[in-house]
Amino acid sequence: MKQHSILRVVAKLLIPFILLFALYVQFHGDYGPGGGFQAGVIFAAGIVLYGLVFGLQAARNVAPPIVMERLIALGVLIYAGTGVAAMFCGGNFLDYSALEYSFLQGSLLERHLPHGQHLGILLVELGVGITVAAVMILIFFSFAGRERSR
Amino acid sequence: MPAAVTQITVILLLALLACTATTIVRMRDLWAAVMLTGIFSFLGACWMLILDAPDVAFTEAAVGAGIATVLMLGTLALTSREAKPPEHFPILPIAVVVMPGAALVFGTFDMPYFGDPFAPAHSHVMPEYMSDTVPDVRQIESHPGEPQDAHSDEHSDSQRNDSQDRGAHHGVGVPNIITAVLASYRGYDTLGETVVIFTAGIGVLLLLRGRRERRDVEEDGE
Repeated sequence: MKQHSILRVVAKLLIPFILLFALYVQFHGDYGPGGGFQAGVIFAAGIVLYGLVFGLQAARNVAPPIVMERLIALGVLIYAGTGVAAMFCGGNFLDYSALEYSFLQGSLLERHLPHGQHLGILLVELGVGITVAAVMILIFFSFAGRERSR
Repeated sequence: MPAAVTQITVILLLALLACTATTIVRMRDLWAAVMLTGIFSFLGACWMLILDAPDVAFTEAAVGAGIATVLMLGTLALTSREAKPPEHFPILPIAVVVMPGAALVFGTFDMPYFGDPFAPAHSHVMPEYMSDTVPDVRQIESHPGEPQDAHSDEHSDSQRNDSQDRGAHHGVGVPNIITAVLASYRGYDTLGETVVIFTAGIGVLLLLRGRRERRDVEEDGE
């Protein structure tokens, strides 16, 4: 599709806004509609559009598959790690309120970070978003990268 | 939007959904059918937006109309563009589809109306979640006529105390109740869902990549 200049220009205009909207849905998910899953899917849709218009290899250069493979695991690790961190702070698994009372209170960061539940939700949604985006991008790569079997 | 306009829009969208679905079923050209499934998902997303579910609409538009359509096109590139005409009238598949469909329609007669305040979903644990999650709304509702500016300093002070106390209660204090329920009250479920997506991704990678690398190895061997 590299020869269609209209498609290329329109895609170039749209993709930054799609990615920005994904980040907005990710980090504003506690105030507005959305959250990790939606953000990851929208981000992946932006990369898929890039791959459709500029070729699979270009998209692979932007989002290297080997990095995406690690991001799949990283997202789940962030989610479960937040739960384990809450346990280390003296609460139950995934009890974000515990995050507030151990290391946040009294530290310099206290004024700059949201309170415990809010912080936990942000971290957890970030984990969901990373995993979803990486999985969707990798599935697209592996579908689009297959050659016709002989 | 006035209620009548909303109703007409909903009816139009549902009619369009039915038309699209019927066309997809009757179509032999798979490429056009894939495009129509994308349109179907987009109409579904519009409908969910009218039902005040923007999260679901985001997902439907991005996954159903975007990524799934692209994946189907990628699959079509590997196979044929035409569906084979059926050899005989598909009685068994039609029965399999119609009977559960009829059972589902029968089941909807027992469901509460849309927006019914006494529906089980709104009366079981939801009031507790709402009152714990959205303290600011509760404040505004309890003092409807009060001017906000008069007590602005006091107000912000009490809010700050609120946010510091909040860990002691089990309230979440995040304005979007859907996010609060998904990520905090139902944190275990969402962790499970994330692991499901993780597993699905690993599974697809193993299935689709394994063969290609084996072929590479064989070619190297030769």
